[in-house]
Amino acid sequence: MTEEHKGKTAENTETSEKKKEKVGPDGLTKRDRLKIKRHAMPEQAPEERITNFLSVVHGYTLEMAYEEAQRCLDCPRPKCIDGCPAEVDIPAFIMEILKGDLEESYRILKADNALPAVCGRVCPQEEQCELTCLLAKKGPVAIGRLEQFVAEYMLDKYEKEPPKVEKIIPTKEKVAVIGAGPAGITAAADLVKMGYEVTIFEALHKPGGVLNYGIPPFRMPRRILDAELGSIEQMGVDVRCNMVFGKTITHEELLEDGYKAFFLGTGAGLPTFMGIPGENANGVYSANEYLTRVNLMEAWDFPNADTPVFVGKNVVTTGAGNTAMDSARVSRRMPGVEKSYIVYRRTRNEAPARNEEIEHAEQEGIIFKYLTQPIEILRDDKNWITGMRCIKMELGEPDDSGRRRPVPIPDSEFEIECDTLLVAIGQRPNPIAMRSIPGLEISKWGTIVVDDETMMTSVPGVFAGGDAVVGASTVILAVGHGKQAARAVDAYLAEQRGGS
Amino acid sequence: MTEPKPNEIVFKKRLSENTLRIEVVAPLIAKKAQPGQFVIIRVHSRGERIPLTIADADAERGVITLIYQEVGKSTYALGELEKGEFLHDVVGPLGHATPIEKYGNAIIVAGGLGTAEMYPIARALRAAGNHVITIVGARRKDLLVMVEEMESVSDEIIVTTDDGSFGRKGVVTVPLKELVEEGRADFVITCGPTIMMKFVAEATREAGVPTLASLNPIMVDGTGMCGACRVSIGGKTRFACVDGPDFNAHEVDFEELMMRQKTFCDFERKSLDLWLEEHPERAQSGG
Repeated sequence: MTEEHKGKTAENTETSEKKKEKVGPDGLTKRDRLKIKRHAMPEQAPEERITNFLSVVHGYTLEMAYEEAQRCLDCPRPKCIDGCPAEVDIPAFIMEILKGDLEESYRILKADNALPAVCGRVCPQEEQCELTCLLAKKGPVAIGRLEQFVAEYMLDKYEKEPPKVEKIIPTKEKVAVIGAGPAGITAAADLVKMGYEVTIFEALHKPGGVLNYGIPPFRMPRRILDAELGSIEQMGVDVRCNMVFGKTITHEELLEDGYKAFFLGTGAGLPTFMGIPGENANGVYSANEYLTRVNLMEAWDFPNADTPVFVGKNVVTTGAGNTAMDSARVSRRMPGVEKSYIVYRRTRNEAPARNEEIEHAEQEGIIFKYLTQPIEILRDDKNWITGMRCIKMELGEPDDSGRRRPVPIPDSEFEIECDTLLVAIGQRPNPIAMRSIPGLEISKWGTIVVDDETMMTSVPGVFAGGDAVVGASTVILAVGHGKQAARAVDAYLAEQRGGS
Repeated sequence: MTEPKPNEIVFKKRLSENTLRIEVVAPLIAKKAQPGQFVIIRVHSRGERIPLTIADADAERGVITLIYQEVGKSTYALGELEKGEFLHDVVGPLGHATPIEKYGNAIIVAGGLGTAEMYPIARALRAAGNHVITIVGARRKDLLVMVEEMESVSDEIIVTTDDGSFGRKGVVTVPLKELVEEGRADFVITCGPTIMMKFVAEATREAGVPTLASLNPIMVDGTGMCGACRVSIGGKTRFACVDGPDFNAHEVDFEELMMRQKTFCDFERKSLDLWLEEHPERAQSGG
């Protein structure tokens, strides 16, 4: 791939006057690198993409990826790694792009992160590695896009010519991972690499957790997701679906079966409703139900896929997190939908969604109604939603979260006509698994209490991480927890071994 | 002979024109299943998640019994699977078990397919020392299922049909009211069409007989993740999949439940019509 580039860069080197400056594998100097501008992400035009469920972003081409990689200064003490919860060796994987060895680049990514294609696409890099990048102010290296490029390039290649993956032969204890979401997958991948015999128990019929039920295919194409999840099994992790921990199998049974440690990555799969009159009307869904129907059950392709989803002409989503953006953007793509609204009680500044997600939603024609609070759902005599009564809000004094508290404006009530309402005001941890373990400490918010250092719960040998511990958060935080917990499990079992 | 594998159908019998009984290999579920619990199955890789009550479980053989009615595309497709074929997915046991205690006179009121769901409950109630009186109802004689099985686990059985083609003519609430008036009802549990359960609740409300209804709302995941199955119980929203499926019948908002059950009826019709077009032999047989 790089013959052409090598030709180009050789010229650049000759024209560079400062010969003592550090020269990279592509022959460029720091000064040359600083001249290259950050490459925009090619994507489907908004008017085109709202007609399909295909990936919004096309991803970098090989050439774009090479040129973007040239922007990396390969800092002696790279700050980007500090910003990455998965501790990926970012400069190393980028330098391999310049050397033309994408296989090695992918290997470096996978060494620290089991889900590089996923993280490349869904991480908030602007708050992490790209925030701490030395070039942050003038336009950081597009680390996320490069990560996505390398991972997807290699997954594509491996699809055509499958690599000889050596299954890791376990030499250590059996470890049970509960939940095949980002936290569980990460923990399992790290543990299997350490030599443990790892089984993931997943409640749904497919692995992936929120990546599969929550994130729409236009953000995370399923072909790529399936390939990335499949690689975990190739490594030797036994992924067992349709296993509800606490129902199908229990902690006690697995202990008897010889499992020596547990990691609970059970996520935040419990929807929150608003608690206003009329919420059980037909046409009112939790974002979880709506997204599960469309994404996991593929209702977007009904009747080719069996699961239906009702969506009317005017769809309102309440909330302004990433889940709300996903719900509103899915709605924009569903046939028959004329208007897709987001109703949020604060303003754009306080919205918890990633800026990029809000921008994408705005480009797609989502109508934002800020400073608006729903107070009642209106229904017809057959229980179908006909509209929503709302009240206007203004921002008052800051609250506990530091954000200015929204306060209702008296006599400002009004109605929005709608036939579908998606409630996306947050998720809490699903209690089934955690309640099945006697003595497991659970906080008043329903999250599992863990030691910050070791990720161990109140029950010895039981660890937890991801949304089950922090409430609804991000994929990358779950990945970070998974890694941290894998190290802690290893330390715990080593100690058990030594002590026995 | 090869060993049966998980999800394999090892027994299949048509009980009536559109009601079938299958036994499926599911050792982990069979080991744990308690009366009142259910499984979720999928027929194929793009199939719906269908909740079905566990009608019986044999831990030794590692087999569960499911009884279902062909009503939509997914259940028709399920009906096409033969002995030796496999369900794509089976997960469970889900939901809470029915509380089995010694109540005294325990009355079971079952309508249509609900009879199958009440079978393990009747057996457990009897084993707990109750005097079990079962009332089974259907529109016509040929729609009655599992009457003999129910008889074998009940102390008394009363069968009603709307048209009088079998047993007493009329609806299940008539003999139920008689039992309540005679003071022979210490506990009632009901399962069947939502409208029937609503009238059962009315029949026992005044006398204050503890009455449970086993609800069957629309579900997706069955683990409390989506809230599709939310029902109003005493004015509060509960999830039938994890908080139920049994609830105090006197507190259930049956009207809301019936309306919510109709949410996807247009889609269900369309899906079934398309399926029947592809399977004309089934369309003729009364689909």
